[in-house]
Amino acid sequence: MAIFDEELRALIEKVLKLGSMVEQTISDSIKSLVERDSAIATHTIDNDHAVNAIDVEIDEECIRLIALRQPRARDLRLITTAMKITTDLERIGDLAVDVCERALELNEEPQLKPYIDIPRMAEIAQKMVKDALDAFVKRDSALALDVLTRDDLVDHLNYQVFNELLLFMIQDPKTISRAVKITYISKYLERIADHATNIAEMVVYLVEGKIIRHMAVPEGKKKD
Amino acid sequence: MSGDIEIEIRGLNFYYAGNVHALKGISLSAYKNAVTALIGPSGCGKTTLLRCFNRMHDLYPKNKYEGEIIFQDRNILSSDIDLITLRSSIGMVFQKPTPFPMTIYDNIAYGLKLKGVKKRPELSERVERALKHAALWDEVKDKLNASAYDLSGGQQQRLVIARALAVEPEVLLFDEPTSALDPISTGKIEELLINLKKDVTIIIVTHNMQQAARISDWTGFLMLGELIEFGRTDKIFTAPSEKLTEEYITGRFG
Repeated sequence: MAIFDEELRALIEKVLKLGSMVEQTISDSIKSLVERDSAIATHTIDNDHAVNAIDVEIDEECIRLIALRQPRARDLRLITTAMKITTDLERIGDLAVDVCERALELNEEPQLKPYIDIPRMAEIAQKMVKDALDAFVKRDSALALDVLTRDDLVDHLNYQVFNELLLFMIQDPKTISRAVKITYISKYLERIADHATNIAEMVVYLVEGKIIRHMAVPEGKKKD
Repeated sequence: MSGDIEIEIRGLNFYYAGNVHALKGISLSAYKNAVTALIGPSGCGKTTLLRCFNRMHDLYPKNKYEGEIIFQDRNILSSDIDLITLRSSIGMVFQKPTPFPMTIYDNIAYGLKLKGVKKRPELSERVERALKHAALWDEVKDKLNASAYDLSGGQQQRLVIARALAVEPEVLLFDEPTSALDPISTGKIEELLINLKKDVTIIIVTHNMQQAARISDWTGFLMLGELIEFGRTDKIFTAPSEKLTEEYITGRFG
């Protein structure tokens, strides 16, 4: 039915709009940290309501489509996937807001150390979100599976950041407050990558009809 | 839920008089105590297939079956099958209710009398049991001697189901049993079918895909006389394997 196809296209557009807003939020949050620009952080925090509004809008649209169109097969998978992806995107938005809040606090104090791994983590996590959404639009399960393999890298960086900050704290207790805040940020980014992984897993379901959550990534698909 | 097979079709071909090849190499199993739905676009052969299960096509002598339909260890397509016995084991309910022009009681008793049940107490007991089984008893117990035509469409359809159940069949075939009914009567019939499957195996042809999704355990999708896909209903309606099934199920056909 052409009208239904149009509605589904509009739904995908809306998910993508939410996705690009959230991607922007991630990069702004890191920019506010690295460039010590509190105005960007405040602006990002203030904008979170817009992300929440689209989240609710997408949910309502999905519920409406389920009730009125009785979607089946790939249409059903698209709508349920959109609903779940949206929840993950909204959470990512919240985590980026958390990054901004820590950035605001850190910007009030002298910089503890140059940020090197944190921007790398943010870049990888953001690319994971972007690729997961690209995979969603193109129904590309290979790209989605590739996103899954990148989660380990972010986990590893998180671990590395933590160890490095631990040394700072042991050597000089005056750094503890700042170091803890930076470990939080590292953890937020690690969680963002986890949500990107959830999105990628839903894309595999969308394309192949198989639920792969809570299963280890098959060895052959792992990247070195 | 796979369970035991009630009827197994092996390589079935069916030709209408004039050599119209209506069913092409169909193989599928209908499981005991399950509802199997046959879906597909008009002219796909689903009703033709349903009518093979109790040899309804034999009413026209030039129709021709090939292949096997195994039921109770026998090929019901073989020429020595007694069709009267077959059709009481494998009953059929049609699209429009088809009550006989007689009382509610006699509609049910008719088939029982043909089967040799003569004594009034046993007859009454079995009439009551059949009507209860078809979830109609409470509505008709005070007017068993009224004409069946006094009942509403939905009640008539349940009466017809009670009539089929009275002779204790193993299988009931339903050819779009609710397409002439309103949503409430449809809901009652659907609930009845789900409840009946503990006693009989049900095969249903329906144009209403949501109905197939609601009540069936297995679904077969046919097109142009071929069985395109057969599988668990939840699988067919969430992630079918065949592209044609996907297109039909999602309403993007042709």
